[in-house]
Order: sequence, then structure tokens, then C-alpha cells
Amino acid sequence: MFVIHCPWCGDRPETEFHYGGEAHIARPEKPEELTDQQWADFLFMRTNPKGWHRERWSHSSGCRRWFNVMRNTHTNEIAGSYRIGEMPDLPDGSGPAKGAKA
Amino acid sequence: MSQSFRLADGGRIDRSRVLHFTFNGQNYEGYPGDTLASALFANGVRLVGRSFKYHRPRGIMTAGSEEPSGLVQLETGAHTEPNLRATQIELYDGLSATSINAWPSVDFDIGEINSLLSRIFVAGFYYKTFMGPAGFWNKIYEPIIRRAAGLGRAPEYPDPDIYDHQYVHADVLIAGAGPAGIAAALAAARTGARVVLADEQSEFGGSLLHSGESVDGLPGSDWIAGALDELRQHEDVTLLPRTTVFGYYDNNYIAMVERRTDHLGPLRPKTVSRHRAWHVRAKRVVIATGAHERPMVFGDNDRPGILLAEAGRVYTSRYAVKPGERAVLFTNNDNAYRSAIDMHLGGMPLDAIVDIRARPGAQALAWADSADVEVLPGSSIIGTAGRKSVIGVDVMATTPDGIGISGGVRRIDCDTVLMSGGWTPAIHLFSQSGGKLRYDSEQTCFLPETFVQACRVVGSANGTRVSADCLAEAAEAGHISAREAGFRARARKAPKGETVDPGGLQPAWVAPSDHPTGKGPRKHFVDFQNDVTAGDLMLAAREGFHSVEHLKRYTTTGMGTDQGKTSNINALAILAREVNNEIPKVGTTTFRPPYTPVSYGSLAGRNVGHLSDPVRKTPMHDWHEGQGAAFEIVGQWLRPWYYPQAGETMQQAVNRECLAVRNAVGLLDATTLGKIDIQGPDAAEFLNRIYTNAWKKLGIGRCRYGLMCHEDGMIFDDGVTTRLGENHFIMTTTSGNAAQVLDWLEEYLQTEWPDLKVYCTSVTEQFATISIAGPKSREVLQKLSGDIDLSAEAFPFMSMQAGEIAGAPARIFRISFTGELSYEINVPAFYGRAVWQAVMQAGKAFGITPYGTETMHVLRAEKGFIIVGQETDGTVVPQDLGMDWIVSKQKPDFIGKRSFSRPDTARSDRKQLVGLLTVADGNEVLPEGAQITEAAKGVPPVPMLGHVTSSYYSPTLGHSIALALIKDGRSRIGEELHAPLESRAIRVRVVEPVFFDPKGERANG
Repeated sequence: MFVIHCPWCGDRPETEFHYGGEAHIARPEKPEELTDQQWADFLFMRTNPKGWHRERWSHSSGCRRWFNVMRNTHTNEIAGSYRIGEMPDLPDGSGPAKGAKA
Repeated sequence: MSQSFRLADGGRIDRSRVLHFTFNGQNYEGYPGDTLASALFANGVRLVGRSFKYHRPRGIMTAGSEEPSGLVQLETGAHTEPNLRATQIELYDGLSATSINAWPSVDFDIGEINSLLSRIFVAGFYYKTFMGPAGFWNKIYEPIIRRAAGLGRAPEYPDPDIYDHQYVHADVLIAGAGPAGIAAALAAARTGARVVLADEQSEFGGSLLHSGESVDGLPGSDWIAGALDELRQHEDVTLLPRTTVFGYYDNNYIAMVERRTDHLGPLRPKTVSRHRAWHVRAKRVVIATGAHERPMVFGDNDRPGILLAEAGRVYTSRYAVKPGERAVLFTNNDNAYRSAIDMHLGGMPLDAIVDIRARPGAQALAWADSADVEVLPGSSIIGTAGRKSVIGVDVMATTPDGIGISGGVRRIDCDTVLMSGGWTPAIHLFSQSGGKLRYDSEQTCFLPETFVQACRVVGSANGTRVSADCLAEAAEAGHISAREAGFRARARKAPKGETVDPGGLQPAWVAPSDHPTGKGPRKHFVDFQNDVTAGDLMLAAREGFHSVEHLKRYTTTGMGTDQGKTSNINALAILAREVNNEIPKVGTTTFRPPYTPVSYGSLAGRNVGHLSDPVRKTPMHDWHEGQGAAFEIVGQWLRPWYYPQAGETMQQAVNRECLAVRNAVGLLDATTLGKIDIQGPDAAEFLNRIYTNAWKKLGIGRCRYGLMCHEDGMIFDDGVTTRLGENHFIMTTTSGNAAQVLDWLEEYLQTEWPDLKVYCTSVTEQFATISIAGPKSREVLQKLSGDIDLSAEAFPFMSMQAGEIAGAPARIFRISFTGELSYEINVPAFYGRAVWQAVMQAGKAFGITPYGTETMHVLRAEKGFIIVGQETDGTVVPQDLGMDWIVSKQKPDFIGKRSFSRPDTARSDRKQLVGLLTVADGNEVLPEGAQITEAAKGVPPVPMLGHVTSSYYSPTLGHSIALALIKDGRSRIGEELHAPLESRAIRVRVVEPVFFDPKGERANG
């Protein structure tokens, strides 16, 4: 059970959180203009990498805020977490995690 | 002749008190400090159980948690526990244990015939033997296998004990309190760090409890006592004996189980938790879990009386018992000489040492010489004699290459064989932590190499062999760990251990015998718990199972309650030899938690019985109970299901309740509906995006029904939402889905549309909801609503009024889920019961009838109203339910809209909601979930057209009704289809899904 840094509450155990899948997949502004293929890509296709992954988490048993985490899906190493709307430069495991300062 | 194998003196046992116990019904005696295993040896009991597959007689092989074969069923009735290791059961007065896997008795076990059939019980025999014909597996093979193979019996009664969980943070957690663990704990504790020291045994000290080694010039046991005295004085040190560190998870999350009262037996106090699961988040972890000795793989190496060399020393030295009368040692290493000769000097005679190596180490030979024990170098035990006990070994000289044998056979009579094939460090926890292993070919074992988490491995778990080095390394690890956790204090001197080198080892994975391995009558056991022999492994390798993970699953080696603690390396090495590969290239299987079996009770803790899931009750709950309501659980809520009157069946009660609502007036506790208060300047815009229909122009005080879909277009929830003010709405959701809907709203507000100013608050529990339904409901309400004008003009359908009901501030919603004239009264929860009773009182003259969820379901089904989760299952779009009317064509976008034009959702032949009527017998109620087919019978595979989603007897209509999702259902209306059941098929006619008042005039009145 790993520790997740909530940008509002600090370090908390994984069980306080809810996983929300891959991050930074914005809902298309005008879905009606997309082809079926493009819409299906948005709906169903995710990168599912073995390794570094920006993903959404919700502090469901805490402040109930959504935020983003850069996690290595293979090792569960976490390079940092940051609030919705931010996009910090996080090392893809090559260097020490700096974390996001909002 | 009680305890005739007990040595005259010595041992860490308390001879002043005799403990009585039974094994397989026989009475025996032992002492405090004994394990069941040592007490059995003390009484000369060597046959303990029967093996898993062949039902061969088996005894105790080890002295610790790695025990593969000395498994027993402890106690009976509710306290019984299967497959416990006799080596870990602390003896208590009155203990009662029995053998497992033996029938009718351990002495005469019919299953032993399996041994004669061993040719069919080869590797993968399940897969090879139990093939076809179809259906044989479930009905014939599996029950037979389950009876014949297997271990103990699960208890049949509820667990009488209580269990706890404990959560702690530690600076340094140390797994294992042998000399290394204690040295690490001392060094860490001296810095002031919070230290947790856990060990699976009842006593701390590990090998010092039996090895006779000294530390700091003191006898081992004295040094332990001093060290523990010091540790106890440190305020932040937690000492946990009888505690197994069983799991090492991410970010140094450590799981342990503490056995608090097992050693007291079934008479233990029931107020103290029996087991306690510890959850520790440790800044640093020190793994000092020691090593396990390996068996030698030789012919018939499984007979009772054959045990590990170190175990022989443990029994004589720690427990003062002789495992037998005369022993022989079979080994490939020098260290085993020391164990065996210590045992010999302790009072259990060792007659000979059979060493597979041509040239044993000089130190080893000197030990043997000083004790006057004969050494047979370059020799192999080709087989053993005996049945319920070993009675002798047959020894032959090995050929110079060590692979073959030559010369004549020499029989050595003995009743005990010690074996040692070297040591395997217990790197289970390190491996669980994600650490990578390397193979050390000199010590022939895997050792820690790459660390992933903040831990250190010390002592023999790290492959460190000399005691002095172990202590120095452990003390340093303890100190550095504390420093890394933030505690700065100068290191003090490490304890000084002995400097004796344990000597060398020569791998000999299968001892040569008079037949090629796997051929001939002898069995060379590798995994003693699963009855896997060297021959099985070699056969599996020949059959192409070259991956160690495949080999494990095919042969079952390394499975079971011991997870191959004694067998894994031997199995790997045999596989490697067979496939001409190196051991590190073959690799090792993954170690997973738990290290040893953990009770379900400790995992569940207090979350059992009524605490296993929260129960939610409405403010009117006690009233319902007082009326004798039957309850059903809906998303943790206890809801009245129906209110049976004296002598009524459920169907009679539901019929009465339904007719009361249709003909007069009924009352439903609808408190459990989810309620979400939505406020903010963008609230209407937000609802417009969330629901499929239009919301922006909804007038204040007006209600609207809405459907919510996910982005894929599938229906997710529904309910009525009311505009209380320009920027204020109250949303209702289905009872079971309230939390998910709130999460859904929050997710969109936070992640997709943070620009919208909207705030959502759950108010489900703040309001009690009382639904009055039926033609008389207006008259009932009028008696309570004072000056609120309830006329159809002033208070039309789908609108809301605020006012006072029976003295309580109330919101009254004129909405209907029954199709009748209906009002939903929301009052603050504290008023719920009082208002409910006031409504009952006011309705008395009209025959007001409380009704439950079953009646609610019947009434709404008569109207063809859906229930999310019943008519929908996550694959249903609004159009499938004929609900196009609620899907806005004008709105450019809302959640799910784009998906309605995906090719799959736009198909015209999707499953659609229809009604079903039974043709032959109008009263017959179809089972919910029944499949629908075209023909009554057919040749499989018969195409399934869909299934029944809701089905009831309708007292209003006087016949049964059903709703169903049927492929292309709308165009099948009027057709006859079939619901095939187990023994017959029911003929059904497809009809419109609204059975009653299709124009909706009643609710509008």
C-alpha cells in the first residue's frame, strides 16, 4: 500500500484515495464535430504504459479533491502530485522527484 | 514411561509443571516451553501425519515455521484449526491434536494404496489422468480428488474468538529477533528511534536459544536477557514475540500478525483478541529473518525420524528431547557436522556421518574426531528402510565424479537421520519488497542484490556466515537505519560474536542411488508437503516445463502451506540440471505474502457480523419495526419491504398494499432516496450538461425528471430535480447510487468544468421523505397542510411548495412514482417520525396503508417506470427504453450525447424495453432474469433474444406482468416468444411496457 501526496492534505495512505485513470484527457469541446473514430478514441483508448504514467486520483476519504499523480505503474514509485489545471515538468524517473509546487 | 525421550537435564523448559495433552486420542505429558513437536518427540511419537498425495507416513522434519510435513489439526468444534505446524504450536495443558489426511487412522491409512499407484500420480497427473468425458470432472473426478488428496478440515462453526487491527508508525522495524535482529534493535533503540522488533517465536533469541554460542563473552541466553532488559527500558521500543512479519508492501508498509492467546489454548480469555493484525508504516526496515536448512534429496528421505540437522540440535539443546535413539547424518557441508555433533554431545548419539563429498573440511573432520564419530566421506545414502519410522540407511561409496555409486551396500541401523544440504537465506520479505536477488554459487543460494525500498538485510538472511560478522553488520544496519530516520547519536560498540567459520559446501542436488532417479522403487522427495519427487521434476522438465513458474504449477512444487521454504532451491537446481542451464538463468519463483498462513480472523479484525457493513436506518425505522415490517437492504439502507398483517403471506400483503394505493391512499418511507443540494450561479447550466434533457428554463418551484448517462451514452442514474431558487436545486438520485452520483458531479466540476461556479452537498440524511400516494392523498394532506392550496391549479403535477406540515417545516413535491396522485413530503430528519405518525393519523379515515418497496416496485412496473440497475445494467441507452422523449435534440452537447450516434448505439435492433404477458396462465409470474427465445426448444446454441428485467403479479390488473429487454423488441410487439426454464418453457406475448393508465391521467388529477 503506497503513500500518495495529496496536494491539499499531504502524505496519506493509498486506501484514502480513489483511482481515476489516465490524466490529461480533456473532454472534447465540441464532441459533435468529431468522427466516430475520434470519439471512440476519447471514450475508450488509453495509453496503459508499463512505467511512468500521469493519472488522476481523488482523495475520496479525505478532502474529496481530484488531482494528478505521476506514478510508475511498474514500481509504484511516485514522482510527484499536482493540482488539476497544472502541468509541472516531472522527471520520468531519471532523476529525483521534485514534486509540484502550486 | 512418560517422556522417555526427555533428556535428564537442560533445555529451556520448565520441569516444575507437567502439561497433559492428547494426540490422536492418546494421553501424553510435556512441559511449559515445549512445542507440540518437541513434546511428541519427548514421548517417542514420530508418526505424525500422512502425506498429501501418497499418504506416506510422515513425521516432524524441522523445528520451525518452515515445517512442511508435521502438520496437525488442533482442537475440535468451533476452536478447531487445520494444518498447523506442530513445530510452532506452544504446548498448553489440555491441548488436543489429531493427524490430518489420514483415514481411518494415521497408523492404518487406506490412502497409502496411492503409494502403490504412484506411476499414475506423476507430475501433472491431474492434467493427464482426469481427461474426459465431458461432465466427469465436476461430478466424479473432483469430489474423489478432494477426498483423497488434501490436508485438514475447516471449522464448521462460527469463530468464537475476537480479532483486532493495530496501526502504528515506526522509525525502524526489525523482522526477526535472533542475535542479528536484537543487535540491530539495540543499535537503533540507543538513538531514541521508535523501534518495533517482531519475531514469530514465543521467545526472542533465535539460534542463541539452542546453539550454545556466546556473545560479548557471555553465554548466549544471558546476553539475550541483558539485551532485552535494555530494550525494555527504551520508551519507544515495542517488542512483539509470537508476531510474524508476513507481508512487505509498497512504501515500507509492513503487515504482521501477533498471536496473543493461542498459547493459552481454547480456555483463553474471550475478552482479549486472539490474533492482532499489525499495520506498520516504517521509515526503515531491517530484515533479520535468518536462514532455512535444506534437506538432502535421497532415496526415501521422507520417513518419520528423518529431519534437518539443525533441528536435531534444537530438540536436544532447547527442548531437552532426543528425536530418537541413534542417528546418522547425511550432508554435503561442514556446518552440519557442528549441529550433529552438538546434538551428539547433548545426549542423542550420532553413529556416523555420511558425507557426499570426498574431502570434508578439516575443521569438520576435527569436530567429528573429537567426538569420536565415524565419518564416511565420498558416500551416499542410497535409500532408507522402515515404514512408520526409519530403521536404517543403506550407504554406498560414490564414484569419483560424485554422480554414480560403486562398491557394496553398507546398512547402518538407526532410527534418526539428520540431513543438511546447506542453508537458504529467508529472503522472502526482501523479495516481497521488490528487491532483486542474485545467485551465490559458493553458498548455492539467492541473496539480496538490488534494493527497491528503504530496507537492509542482515545476518544469515543476507548470507553472512560468521556469527561475529552477523552481529557487526546488524548493529551497523540498526544504527544507520535510525540515523536515516532522523535520529543522530553516535554508534556504540557492536556486540562481539564468535568467529568460527562454518566451513564449505559442495552442492549435490540429488544423491546418487542404485537406480536412476525417478526409476526404481525409491522416492527422492524434494517437496515434502506436496509429495513432489526429483523424478517428478525431471519428468516435467523432459515434458517441456522449462520455466520455473510453469514447473511449479505443473508439479505443485513449492505450493501449499509452507510455500516451499525447504524445497525451492533443490527444485530449481534439479530443473537447471535437467535443462542444462545455470541456476540463476532458471531463476526463482516470486515470493508473495503471506510468509506463513494468516488467520482469516486477523484479516477481518472487528469487521465481522453486524460490523461487517454499516447499516443505515431512516428516522421512521422504529415505527416500521413496531408494525412488524419485513426489511430489505438497499445500498446499506434497511427499507421496509412489506408490512405483513397477522396470517398474511408476502404476496397477500403486497396485493393489499397495492390495491390500497390504487383505490385509496398509501404511505411510503422514501427517505433513502439520494438528495443532493446544488447551488451556484451556474447550477442550471451544470444540470443542462449532466442530464439528457433541458434544464435552463425550468421555473422556480417546478420539478423535472432527468436521466443521467455516462460519456458512453449508457444510463447511469435517474431522478427528479427541483428548482428551489434561481441558483438553487435539489436533486434526487436512486437510493443505492447517491454517493456515486455525488462523486460523478464533483468529478466533472473539478476536472472538466472548474470554471462553473456550482457547489454540491449531500443532504440525503438531513431530510426524511414521506411519500403519500393514491386518489385520497390530497384529502389526507389537506388535513395537515394548513393554508397551502393543494388544488390542481395552485399546486399542479411536477411542482413544489414549501410550508408547514404538522408543525414541521416542509417541502412538498407533487411527483409520482406510482402513477397515482402523489405528494412527497420532505421534512428535517428529526421531524420524520412525528410527521409520519401525523400522516398516518390524518389518513386513518381514508384507510391509509403503509407500503413497502415491493409494492412500490409493482406499482411502478404497472406504469412501465424503470428502475436503474434493474431495467438498466450499464449497457442500456435511453432510446433502448423508449425514452427518446427525454433526450434533448436542441442541446448541442451533454454527457453521453455524442455516443448516441455511435454505430453501435444507433443500431435499430438493439435490446429494447417491452412488456411481457404470460399466455397460457395469466397468473404465472416469470422469474426475473429468465432468458427469452423465439422457440420453446431448439438445438444449442439457441439465440438468446434478451431477458426479463422485472416481473410481478399485478393485483390491480389481476394478472402477472413483466418488463424485458428484447432484441429488436419494439418491432416484436404482438409476437409470441418463450421463456425457457429448467424443465419447461413459458409462452409469452410481447406488449407495450405500460400496463396501467397509459395516458397518465391519474397522477395529473
